[in-house]
Amino acid sequence: MADTPQSPAAAGRRFDEATQTETVGHEWDGIEELNTPLPRWWLWTFYACIVFAIGYTIAYPAWPGIHSATKGVLGWNSREELKTETDVAAAARAKAVAGLADLPIEQLPQHPELMRAAVAGGAAAFKVNCVQCHGAGAAGSKGYPNLNDDDWLWGGDLKTIETTLIHGIRQPGDDETRQSMMPNFGTDGLLDAGQISDVASYVLSLSGKEKPSGATQRGAKVFAENCAVCHGPQAKGTREMGAPNLSDAIWLDGGTKADLVAQITHPHHGVMPAWGTRLDPVTIKMLAAYVHSLGGGEEFKAADAAPAPEAEASAASVE
Amino acid sequence: MNKPEPIKTQDQPLQLYAKREPVFNRRIDGKFRRIKWAIMVACLAIYWVTPWLRWNRGPYSPDQAVLIDLAHRRFYMFGIEIWPHEFYFVAGLLIMAGIGLFLVTSAVGRAWCGYACPQTVWTDLFQHVDRLIDGDRNARFRLYKAPWGPAKIARRLLKWGIYLAISFATGGAWIFYFADAPTLHHEFWTGTAAPVAYGTVLVLTLTTFVLGGFMREQVCIYMCPWPRIQTAMLDEKSLTVTYKDWRGEKRGSLKKAQKNPGEYGDCIDCNQCVAVCPTGIDIREGPQIGCITCGLCIDACDRVMAETGRPRGLIDYATLEDADNEKAGHPATRHLKLIWRPRTVLYFVVWAGIGLGLLFMLGTRIHTDLTVAKDRNPPYILMSDGSVRNAYTLRLRNMEGRPRAMEIGLEGLPAARIWSEDMDRSDAARTLRRTVAADETQALRVYVVAPEGTANQDFDFTLQAIGQAREHDEAKAQFDARGDE
Repeated sequence: MADTPQSPAAAGRRFDEATQTETVGHEWDGIEELNTPLPRWWLWTFYACIVFAIGYTIAYPAWPGIHSATKGVLGWNSREELKTETDVAAAARAKAVAGLADLPIEQLPQHPELMRAAVAGGAAAFKVNCVQCHGAGAAGSKGYPNLNDDDWLWGGDLKTIETTLIHGIRQPGDDETRQSMMPNFGTDGLLDAGQISDVASYVLSLSGKEKPSGATQRGAKVFAENCAVCHGPQAKGTREMGAPNLSDAIWLDGGTKADLVAQITHPHHGVMPAWGTRLDPVTIKMLAAYVHSLGGGEEFKAADAAPAPEAEASAASVE
Repeated sequence: MNKPEPIKTQDQPLQLYAKREPVFNRRIDGKFRRIKWAIMVACLAIYWVTPWLRWNRGPYSPDQAVLIDLAHRRFYMFGIEIWPHEFYFVAGLLIMAGIGLFLVTSAVGRAWCGYACPQTVWTDLFQHVDRLIDGDRNARFRLYKAPWGPAKIARRLLKWGIYLAISFATGGAWIFYFADAPTLHHEFWTGTAAPVAYGTVLVLTLTTFVLGGFMREQVCIYMCPWPRIQTAMLDEKSLTVTYKDWRGEKRGSLKKAQKNPGEYGDCIDCNQCVAVCPTGIDIREGPQIGCITCGLCIDACDRVMAETGRPRGLIDYATLEDADNEKAGHPATRHLKLIWRPRTVLYFVVWAGIGLGLLFMLGTRIHTDLTVAKDRNPPYILMSDGSVRNAYTLRLRNMEGRPRAMEIGLEGLPAARIWSEDMDRSDAARTLRRTVAADETQALRVYVVAPEGTANQDFDFTLQAIGQAREHDEAKAQFDARGDE
């Protein structure tokens, strides 16, 4: 294999002077391409890839037919893979789910790990079931309560939130649903327009939005006779009846005088479905834990003791 | 004899592929061979010993001196601990390594290829195995040509077995950089290590076996981008292994030279330079991609020159510029002088600048860090007493190997109070104290409440490690209120 001078057999074939390598025989503006042979290992790699590709199409679904493709001898399919993965995820959740199923929600705060799992699960369930009304950030809107704040219509401890979730609010057909029915003071003729305007002024004066005047004094009398039964003598609300606190800064159905007059004349009554018929008990516990964790959750004793902080479950903001 | 003339195909029909010409390099001793030995031993020792070095970091951190803890996202190197958000230190090291290659190339040519590249080190190791099992160059060549029989099969199996053992030790050591070495070693042999550990060992064993045992110089010539990049970086002042053709030509054997004094150069055409070459090239053809500049041909030629009573250095490290000078009869530039040229100095300044910058940052960094993410939906919550609440998720980083008490505070928002999700609003205050576990990040959701009428404004959260004045961090945050709806 020593240097061989150009042999006669090479006649008609072109060789590069510097490297003595044969060229492919074409020429573009004086530029020619060397025909350097591939290294053999490269060829082997190429053949190995072809063999792999053939094996792959046999092992996995590949060749299309008229109605379906070949199944592949390994029997792999993406639906099975998804099922395997969801099964694994379910198995990973199983311990927390079982723990939550057995645990009364009142005892949840004593189990920080279950609580964390419940809040995380609740956040996911909230995004599927609750955001349509309460919003992605659970901040609600006019007529739909904000769940982040410290103002609760029916109470803000874990057990009460769970009950509200299970039976809903004004859900027809549920005997234990939260019921509160403010009369149609205007449209049913219980109060005349002047009285309604006066009592609205009085209610606004409780949170400093209106200055005391003749109207608020007249309104105070109307309030004592018609409203104090449910909303309480100080208008701080009554949770047993779902009557909102009218002396705070939060207004479910709007806090302007026009909003109040409209509400007194013909009240808007929000409805929440009884989720107990739609979701399993563990998911409901998770949702209760999540809502409780949003920053306004109450301790159990607070609900029993103080008669004070009740009222509309928030939203407010329209001025 | 094995002369690599793989692509001179004039007398053959056009070939689509070329078979590898095996390399049977002869044993040689000399200055550069000894340097190569020393660097090889140092590299292999560093590689195999490093994971087993211990370094005491206290009870809360691992005691492995060099550890890339992917699971916990920490990088330990002796006294230095890098967190993921400090990855710019690692990026800086990688940039230094890159510029370091430029620097080495500009100062001493392809020295990396010849001495320190893992492909070179392991190929060298495997070639010593060849020599141990099959003998030196001629014996190996004979065995290669010999037909397959029991003796050849036995020798091949023995040799490949040793290859495999070295490869396994190579692949096996790699994983110890990523977990506590003694623990992983035990787990590995009891079958309880993570599948990824076995997979990594398998892949690295096979790649070492194939690349070091069989592919060898083909990796340098066909696969590795670095020689190609270097061909663009070499200039007339780069050190390369040079056959001094003006001194050596015309080649002729000793006998011929004695018969016709004056007609022949110093090269006696003994082919020793080809015989010892680990990549199987003939350096007398000039600089080429297959030359990793390991200098073994210099050792071989120097020995021949000494035996024939001629001055050493017919093949030597030299620059193209030197070649021109020497041809013209001027003395060669001293190699140390070559380093003092703008290109090398500039590379060094950039390289050292990055290094000093990293050292400065390392020396002045603090081990307390605070980041803030504000709840954006909803941006604020109106409370029943009219006050406004904003929620933030704080991340308190304690980058020391011990639990530390830290105080969270507010700068700005004078009337605001903070409390966190794990406490009652009635305990809200201007500051909160939390103990952050050793070497951990604690996420804490906090509420900031400000009285009715507070305007939208910027403020700072502060984090102060108790009793360490320097360990203080701040993070900007925004407070949203109702505005003027």
